[in-house]
Amino acid sequence: MNAVELKDISKAFGGILANDGIDLTVKEGEIHCILGENGAGKTTLMKILFGLYSKDSGRILIKGQEVEIKEPRQAINLGIGMIHQHFMLVNRLTVAENIIAGDEPLKGIFIDQERANSEVEKLSQRYNLKVNPAARIENISVGEQQRVEILKALYRNAEILILDEPTAVLTPQETEELFQVMRKLKRNGKTIIFITHKLKETMTISDRVTILRDGRKVGTVTTSETSPEELARMMVGREVVLRVDKKARKLDRPIFEVRGLSLHNKKSNLYLKDISFTIEKGEILGVAGVEGNGQLELEEALTALRKIEQGQIILKGRDITGLRTRERRDFGLAHIPSDRLKRGLIEEFNLERNLILGSEWQEPFARRGFLVKRAIQAYAKRIIKEFDIRTSGSQAKAADLSGGNQQKVILGRELMRDPDLIIASQPTRGVDVGAIEYIHNLLLEMRDRGKGILLISAELDELRSLSDRIMVIYEGTIVAEGKTEDFTEEELGLLMAGQGLEGVG
Amino acid sequence: MRSIIGLLTKVKNRSTITELLYSLTAIVIALIIGAILIYFSGHDVWKAYYNLFYGAFGNSYNLAQTLLKTTPLIFTGLAVAIGFQSGLFNIGGEGQLYWGAFATAVVAITFSHLPGLILILLSLLAGAVAGGIWGSIPGYLKARTGAHEVITTIMLNYIGILATTFLLKNYFKEAGPVDQTRMIPESARMSELIPYTRLTWAIFLAVTVIIIIDYLFKNTSLGYDIQAVGKNRDAAEYAGIRADGIIILTMALSGAVAGLTGSTIVLGVLHRFITNFSPGYGFTGIAVAVLGRNKPWGVLLAALLFGALEAGGMSMQLFAKIPSDLMTIVQGLVILFVAAPAFIQLLSKSLRGADQSE
Ligand SMILES: Nc1ncnc2c1ncn2[C@@H]1O[C@H](COP(=O)(O)OP(=O)(O)OP(=O)(O)O)[C@@H](O)[C@H]1O
Ligand SMILES: [Mg+2]
Repeated sequence: MNAVELKDISKAFGGILANDGIDLTVKEGEIHCILGENGAGKTTLMKILFGLYSKDSGRILIKGQEVEIKEPRQAINLGIGMIHQHFMLVNRLTVAENIIAGDEPLKGIFIDQERANSEVEKLSQRYNLKVNPAARIENISVGEQQRVEILKALYRNAEILILDEPTAVLTPQETEELFQVMRKLKRNGKTIIFITHKLKETMTISDRVTILRDGRKVGTVTTSETSPEELARMMVGREVVLRVDKKARKLDRPIFEVRGLSLHNKKSNLYLKDISFTIEKGEILGVAGVEGNGQLELEEALTALRKIEQGQIILKGRDITGLRTRERRDFGLAHIPSDRLKRGLIEEFNLERNLILGSEWQEPFARRGFLVKRAIQAYAKRIIKEFDIRTSGSQAKAADLSGGNQQKVILGRELMRDPDLIIASQPTRGVDVGAIEYIHNLLLEMRDRGKGILLISAELDELRSLSDRIMVIYEGTIVAEGKTEDFTEEELGLLMAGQGLEGVG
Repeated sequence: MRSIIGLLTKVKNRSTITELLYSLTAIVIALIIGAILIYFSGHDVWKAYYNLFYGAFGNSYNLAQTLLKTTPLIFTGLAVAIGFQSGLFNIGGEGQLYWGAFATAVVAITFSHLPGLILILLSLLAGAVAGGIWGSIPGYLKARTGAHEVITTIMLNYIGILATTFLLKNYFKEAGPVDQTRMIPESARMSELIPYTRLTWAIFLAVTVIIIIDYLFKNTSLGYDIQAVGKNRDAAEYAGIRADGIIILTMALSGAVAGLTGSTIVLGVLHRFITNFSPGYGFTGIAVAVLGRNKPWGVLLAALLFGALEAGGMSMQLFAKIPSDLMTIVQGLVILFVAAPAFIQLLSKSLRGADQSE
């Protein structure tokens, strides 16, 4: 039987047709992957199914029954659960409270805490979703927050689970754990709709794949009968070259130097210890490491968002250790932050405002403190065009853009400023293959134009194909550094796990 | 809970026009409930509302009374709205306006030899500066120590009101039973627009400040920074905006505007500083800002509504013999409905849902 049938679903936002006559059939008990570029309409379609958006036209059938889903409550009653691209948990509440919120077991008029805890416990054991019911959301890792979201859906007896880009925020290990959970859910008869940009993941976990492009359905294929290449072609509508070609480079003079940088992050109790490295003009230095080993601290220290205790930072021959964030930016530092919603964008600002973030006092966008609307608008239009940002216009709020397009806004803003050094942290997180190709080429182009780039990434493939040199960070220390060719993937993996420290040197 | 979270996300995305519609709906509902209350307390609803409306807008004198009551609320409402733009909840308007009034009175009396317009401008400036300094204190405490501005502004209200009273009693009190300063010189008094109404050009000053603040937020780099800090402090800091400084500055600006409330009352209405002169303008300003959705022009409309309810309420009491407290209730209802728009949606939803389900 079919768990979900969507027929001829359409939805427009202003002038944009986000969904254009989409049909989708999901069989009961399968893992069905939805692929598509950023802005293809995946999230929109799922939000329609979950009752968060109203459709303009089309029909929805759940287990063969035609239904109207006007709000999430109805979707939940029909056994649908959704885990969003951006989590919707209440930070100050505990794990258990978040899971039961809105559906609390009652004892009289009070919440039956004990039963709540024991039910959460039971569910988490059954599906091997490890959580600490008493911990507050704000204090747990992203991976754990995601497990909470899944438990929340299961607690409401979801039979059909929608996972919108769950792996974008996970480390490889966490992704593997999630897949175990998904397989277990499948064995228990649950139906899973899974959205991702990673073709490898699609090939590993799904039974069937539906591909969307520009709001339309391109087709549905059986995973075992397809290949990553075919999927990429269907998604983008042309051949995608996942291998970049990197030109050889000659030695050049150093443009960025860090000497003996040390700090202590009291919150996570992580020490960055004596970090030193040099980046030449036209060179990409990759930072490999499992997330949480000091990458964030390094990124923040270099951009003056975090105080350092010792060390020196030198850009273009000038000691910038004492400069503030704005001064460093003005001196030629660009920053693509790892957490784009937290740091990189102001969601409620429109694109025009977001694109001048950091330059809001500078000519030509401002004159003596007065914003020059025309210049800002022209500039925004130019970036939107040049970086192919899919949006209804420069007045659209950043919050209304799809994830990948938000990333392009940040890239556009940072790279258009013609910086000398680019700190790019997870630049392709949550971004589709076409855009990854684009971003990779962009970074290489910047390199060939003589910029220095510090590339912090959790994707080994990305690091290996882009970096000229790689250093491995483990527990706040650089444990290895060398030319990219000098490391095999296995060696990098071991080094990142804190092993084989003697092997390479 | 589920639906409330859903509703809140929807509320966040509403456009200005729908917001206006919501506020209007809230007002209408509040007036309807007011009518029911009037009816059940045994009064003539038609007569009551006729007098309310007539008392607020019926003739030029009544209109002047409405505008007179509107003026201070524009300032205090705007002060709260400014704070909100950078995510700060300034409940300290009351203390700030006392300092504004006090400084204005002292300057007007001390420099009475200066020519009229200059003296007025100087006195206004003194009021804004005094209010601004008082406002910047919680800003500083927040930026440096993280002390929450809601707590500190409330405490500073008491300190402000008592400190000005103390200074008055010890240094500036006019002989006599009342705790008040001397009258300010004629030359320092703002001239009346309509004789015997006490409505002065302070109302134009208030509107001008609205225009300036609106312009500040829409068209200047500083306004941009203030909003950036308010909407996403992490991103603002990422871009090198110094959030601490912006917070102090915003609170100073907010305090300065609140200070002008006191200044214009001294220069236009009381012509002196009197202890306990404010019936809580600073607090009503919070309601005005909420109703006006923290937008400068919204504040103007909301202040006008509150001014009208107050002026009209008085005439209602006078001619229809209905206690003006009823208008306070209506005001409260308006706020309740506006502050809880989710509630209205919920209501309309469950009404719609009721005839569909089962
Ligand atoms: N609330 C909204 N208001 C206006 N436009 C929207 C809204 N939500 C989505 N859109 C637009 O609809 C299109 C489809 O967006 P959607 O979020 O469904 O894409 P997606 O396939 O999930 O992309 P991504 O992989 O980047 O998350 C985009 O062009 C987006 O800008
Ligand atoms: Mg999406």
